[in-house]
Amino acid sequence: MKQLGLIIVIICGGLLLYATQDFPAWGDPTAPVHTHLSPHFITEGLHETGAPNLVTAVLADYRGYDTMFETVVVFCAGIACILLLRTFVQRTRGREYRHTPTGVVLHIQDPDKDLNNPREFELIDNMWVPHDLIIKTVSRMLIPFIQIFALYVVAHGDFSPGGGFQGGVIFGASLILLALSFDLRSSLRRISEKMLGILSALGVIIYSGIGIACMLLGGNFLDYGRLTAILPVDPDHIRAMGMLGVEIGVGFAVMAVMVIIYTNIASQGRHQQGL
Amino acid sequence: MHWPIDLIILTLVIFCAIAAISVKDLLSTAILFGAYSFMMCLLWANMGAVDVAFTEASVGAGVSSVFVIAAVFRTTRRTKD
Repeated sequence: MKQLGLIIVIICGGLLLYATQDFPAWGDPTAPVHTHLSPHFITEGLHETGAPNLVTAVLADYRGYDTMFETVVVFCAGIACILLLRTFVQRTRGREYRHTPTGVVLHIQDPDKDLNNPREFELIDNMWVPHDLIIKTVSRMLIPFIQIFALYVVAHGDFSPGGGFQGGVIFGASLILLALSFDLRSSLRRISEKMLGILSALGVIIYSGIGIACMLLGGNFLDYGRLTAILPVDPDHIRAMGMLGVEIGVGFAVMAVMVIIYTNIASQGRHQQGL
Repeated sequence: MHWPIDLIILTLVIFCAIAAISVKDLLSTAILFGAYSFMMCLLWANMGAVDVAFTEASVGAGVSSVFVIAAVFRTTRRTKD
């Protein structure tokens, strides 16, 4: 079986290497991409889109349709993760909690029952590790700054490196850090499973909704220039504003899907305990 | 003297890639994969592709390492082959 796989890999790799002979030479200044495409984006991009960051302009405006379906792919990944991993069977054995100040261990039979003041208790299971005060404190101090930075990355996607995808991932990572340093339950208490599902769908709806709004206003799909009819913005910057709206949608979807994937993998689909 | 920093990073990328597929411990593989992504991020930044470097740092080195480690915790730590 391994030999067969090796032979297939060698054949495919050989075909790919053979196909690269038709490409223009590496760094060739007369290649079509350097004579037509790049000069147009560099000279006309700011004038046509109003976004100083050309990468965002290409990503959200020139090829906005592709980016929409990338968002749909991310959304589908989150849905697939829920469908494959989420289980609704509760454990019947109950849970055991250790009261931190006294060291007394409690056994709770009802799986839905929460403790009165969970700050003083820690869940004991086969993954139990003693909680570290340093990690908890540092995470508690860092998480707000990570989240503010994520919002900055989303909002400044038109002007500086970044955008909805990166900002969404950073925001999701802050929630994952909360789940790692405390436990999964305290993360899901702040943003519930249902909320995550709604947010991931909302991101795709925002993106396609902006596209459809442009159509309803008489333009093409994702033709942000038409939004001048409903947004009181300078017409030079209207396309940048449309891109910002689209990036916010991408950010919502990506943030929610990252947390969905983490919670489902880390908790074996039961959403009760983390790593 | 201008240091050939891209060549140094590229060498580290190749070392990380070879180590990640030859190590038997999957947790080490996850960490090496994160290091590989971070080196790739430095390489993108060195080439001036700051947006790609940003994505690589947040997705490749950050979140996907966490996902791989979570998957290792839920399966086995030793590779079968």
